[in-house]
Amino acid sequence: MTDAPAPSRHIPDRLNSRLARLLRSWEVLLLAVAVAIFVVNCFASPYFLNAWNLSDATFNFTEKAMIAFAMALLIIAGEIDLSVASIIALASTAMGLAVQYGAGTAELVGISLAVGLMCGAFNAVFVTVLGLPSIVVTIGTMSLFRGISYIILGDDAFRGYPASFAWFGQGYIVWVITVEMLFFVVFAVIYGVVLHRTNFGRAVYAIGNNPTSALFSGIRVQRVKFILFLLTGVMSGFAALCLTSRLGSTRPSIASGMELEVVTMVVLGGVNILGGSGSIPGVVIAAFVMGLVTFGLGLLNVPGIVMSVFIGLLLIGVIALPRLWAMLAKGSAI
Amino acid sequence: MTDAVTSAQTPVVSMDAITKTFPGVKALDQVRLDLYPGQVTALVGENGAGKSTTVKVLTGIYQPDGGTIRIDGDPVRFAGPKDASAAGITAIHQETVLFDELCVAENIFLGHAPRSRLGLIDTAEMHRRAAALLAEIGAPFDTYTMLRDLGIANKHLVAIARALSVDARVVIMDEPTAALSHKEIEELYALVETLKSQGKAILFISHKFDEIFRIADRYTVFRDGSFVGEGKIAEIDENALVKLMVGRAVDQIFPERTVAPGEDVLQVVGYSHPTEFADIGFTLRRGEILGFYGLVGAGRSEFMQTLFGITRPSKGVCKINGAIRVIRSPAAAVGNGIVYVPEDRGKQGAVIGLPIFQNITLPSLGRTSRAGFIRLAEEFALARQYAERLDLRAAALDQDVGNLSGGNQQKVVIAKWLATQPQVIILDEPTKGIDIGSKAAVHDFMAELAAQGLSVIMVSSEIPEVIGMSDRVIVMRDGRIAAELSGDELTPETLVRHAAGITAAPRLQEA
Amino acid sequence: MTRLIPLREMILAGAILGLLLVIASRFSGFVAPGNLVNVFNDTAPLIILALGQMVVILTRCIDLSVAANLALTGMVCAMINVALPELPISVILVIAALLGALMGAINGLLVWKLAIPPIVVTLGTMTIFRGVIFLISNGKWVNSHEMSASFTGFPRAEILGLPVLSWTAVLAVLTFALMMARTPFGRSIFAVGGNPHAAVYTGINVGKTQCLAFVLSGALAGLTGYLWVARYAVAYVDIAGGFELEVVAACVIGGISIAGGVGSVAGAVLGALFLGVVKNALPVVNISPFWQLAISGSAILIAVAFNARAGRTKGRIILKSADTSS
Repeated sequence: MTDAPAPSRHIPDRLNSRLARLLRSWEVLLLAVAVAIFVVNCFASPYFLNAWNLSDATFNFTEKAMIAFAMALLIIAGEIDLSVASIIALASTAMGLAVQYGAGTAELVGISLAVGLMCGAFNAVFVTVLGLPSIVVTIGTMSLFRGISYIILGDDAFRGYPASFAWFGQGYIVWVITVEMLFFVVFAVIYGVVLHRTNFGRAVYAIGNNPTSALFSGIRVQRVKFILFLLTGVMSGFAALCLTSRLGSTRPSIASGMELEVVTMVVLGGVNILGGSGSIPGVVIAAFVMGLVTFGLGLLNVPGIVMSVFIGLLLIGVIALPRLWAMLAKGSAI
Repeated sequence: MTDAVTSAQTPVVSMDAITKTFPGVKALDQVRLDLYPGQVTALVGENGAGKSTTVKVLTGIYQPDGGTIRIDGDPVRFAGPKDASAAGITAIHQETVLFDELCVAENIFLGHAPRSRLGLIDTAEMHRRAAALLAEIGAPFDTYTMLRDLGIANKHLVAIARALSVDARVVIMDEPTAALSHKEIEELYALVETLKSQGKAILFISHKFDEIFRIADRYTVFRDGSFVGEGKIAEIDENALVKLMVGRAVDQIFPERTVAPGEDVLQVVGYSHPTEFADIGFTLRRGEILGFYGLVGAGRSEFMQTLFGITRPSKGVCKINGAIRVIRSPAAAVGNGIVYVPEDRGKQGAVIGLPIFQNITLPSLGRTSRAGFIRLAEEFALARQYAERLDLRAAALDQDVGNLSGGNQQKVVIAKWLATQPQVIILDEPTKGIDIGSKAAVHDFMAELAAQGLSVIMVSSEIPEVIGMSDRVIVMRDGRIAAELSGDELTPETLVRHAAGITAAPRLQEA
Repeated sequence: MTRLIPLREMILAGAILGLLLVIASRFSGFVAPGNLVNVFNDTAPLIILALGQMVVILTRCIDLSVAANLALTGMVCAMINVALPELPISVILVIAALLGALMGAINGLLVWKLAIPPIVVTLGTMTIFRGVIFLISNGKWVNSHEMSASFTGFPRAEILGLPVLSWTAVLAVLTFALMMARTPFGRSIFAVGGNPHAAVYTGINVGKTQCLAFVLSGALAGLTGYLWVARYAVAYVDIAGGFELEVVAACVIGGISIAGGVGSVAGAVLGALFLGVVKNALPVVNISPFWQLAISGSAILIAVAFNARAGRTKGRIILKSADTSS
């Protein structure tokens, strides 16, 4: 056919400048929310703008955020892990048990990460090898992992962690910068780079958007998913380390309900719960938003359970409002 | 029933100046369509002509933006599928719109089951009526069978029974023979005759011309969402109908090819799969186009997907450039220079949601990264190189693939594979569902690739394309190779004969 | 091929019977009729909620807010009883069901009208409902001495040797069995979950059906909320904490596919009974109740692996047709 128009020789790389795109992004909207909450808090309580108070407040989100980074990748890839809080319980119990046999801090670190890794591998086998839906598998392992902790501990608690172990959850690097804060930043950078700047990260997005197409593009879908479950497990193990160190004791009910807070943080950060899109900067900002809300309400002596109402409203609100606007805009256009 | 001859004068259903727009597309533009009792009207047009949209408007799934639908001369409005059904319009849809987890009777009567006095579903009555319908169409299964236990052809019979269950006056059949075997198609024709004799108006949508000339009484032609003509089948011939469809005379011209195939690139010996195909073997040479012809369901795509590593063979050897390669994943296939452009573009083609450039570089990221870290500038350069080679039409490379037309999405998939610099490219039904102009472009491009030394395997069900493009053709039937044809043996008759397994008579049965 | 009870339900029923036999071989008291009635009564709330959850899961959704809904409704009922002790139980029952249905409708509307994924919606409403309990009660408990005798007596009243709580479960099972098998709504639930695309062609409104499923699940949770609070004669923020997962577990064990469209009333009931028997048997056979969580977790994993294996779809089987035709 000769009547075809001349081929376009120069398709531009980008439709809009990066700045224009950034300004319309979820992350910027979320950042505005974070700043607003910060300002409101400054006026609401005289104790808010205090370096040590703010430093204390970071404990509200650092452990959850560490898991949320790995969870974000997993959810972007179209899977989910609801067993993370139970992995914390199991890893913490294993550490407590090891302490009874005289384990030192180095051994405890190894045990915690190993338990996390094994739990992640357990989930991964069910999801990737047996091909089962991750939401059901991890609801099952959520009971199983915590159940094992209950079998070992019952009503008891493990204490007596070595003094040097306290470094992870109670230590400071310099001035008000906590050890956990440092890990939070390090992991944020690592996961951000992995997701946004590596081949692995690209594969995660491709799988989340269309696993079949990704497979047909030569991506090793099951292998990538397996690795993601391992990562989520290891991060839960690491969070167990920090949390146990901070609390100084282990009960089987440790971190209960945390899986929901982690998922909330990820979704609030703009990750699509159905997979395919989301960013690590978004999750970082979401971590701050949740931390600031919790801290601010805490200063106003609002009990924890009421804070969770705010978190729940935030979760639904941030997703519902844009859709509601879109619906109203469409409705008025017709 | 009134006399068939007099009632044939007035249509049961008449669509007039129907318009339907979607964001960016005018799917239907002032189209008209009349359906007469006791007659089969064929709706003819290329893909994208607006046939499916018409079906959806007639069955109340879409509401038209303009125009009127009249039933027996009275204007009606369908707010939803229930209204259309109540008006006596029923459809056997292209996709199977049935439910695996319900039994046959429930599938037939979902939405209009007989009720008992308490308002509950009268199960006994439902099964009794369903059994009567199944007997009427000669279905060989009972009403308690779960749908998931039925094969495709039998599911189709359930769909037909469902259409008949509403006591319809108008039956729409959207490509009803696409998934059926020869014998089943004959049974369907008999059923259409029965429906005609009952005075029902039938809208028959098909791409197969022999079918249209065999069972239709009237035709209506759409092109690009517009009405272009109608009349009696008896008063038109095949060429004239094609001319109406495409708006110009078509004598498909295939590119002239002069390159002689070179050395052996791919050798497949005894490839077998437990259930889908057995003992497939052939040799593919450099710069060759090897056609794979066969009926739908002959196992061609299943074999190609095994060759590409999606599924694993139970037996067989694959040699590339003389060396044995074990291909157990698509990644391994790509690593060995074999790439596959799938037929099911929606599910297996481009990754919708990712931008164009990321789609193109997805399997080649190793080339645009260092130690696993992506170099964006190199990535864009690679993507642009192949986007321009394929003459991709896009606003920008970071545009979502989902915003491209189907043809351009297909180009992205091909660009993605060419960027991996493959040795063998498998094209599964490469021109299915694209318009004639784009078809020629795909054919030219295929010839160009072969001339540059790429070996092409083309799976196609279109006889002119198979004959016009291939150097050699392998015909598959029921999962096995039925024949390998080249040169003078390569005629439409031999292809059809081998594909259908007619070995005795070389003459085609008159349609 | 008429199948009154499908294979997977038969296997599960067999597993429960086997479990009972093993327990009975050493502790015959466990299978005494009186004890079995106790086990059933103890499992009744789980059965009722599993039925509601089943309908929701069948439509490809999930309702994680049921336990919070139960707790909130229970608290409201208890507070109404404290304020108006003379209010008849029938009114309380209606209020409980309506309040539960209202909370279900909130979930349903968010899923239907705003197309927010059900897991996100119910994750959110779950924490919100719990928080609201705290807000209305100020974190205080409502204890048995504050409740009227008729309020706490209702679920425990016996009719023909079975407490009203048990009868409620029986009634719910029968109603749901009838609804799923014999009403257009019941059939459309299977259609929506099995093939939502095709359901549209059949004239079924997918979102509306999902919304109604949530309303139904909510109403059952609300009703159970009153029965729960009255039976245990106490209401506080954390009652039935984590119960939503037990409910989902009962459904999964009962063979209800989380992908939607596959499952039965019998499956949901048997799944709940299995968990109920395990829970009640543990103290009898001298295993610490702390084993219960791990056992139900393992049961979920085994059940889902087993069901997936049984339900795997076959290929086209081209070669087989070749063998028969030639």
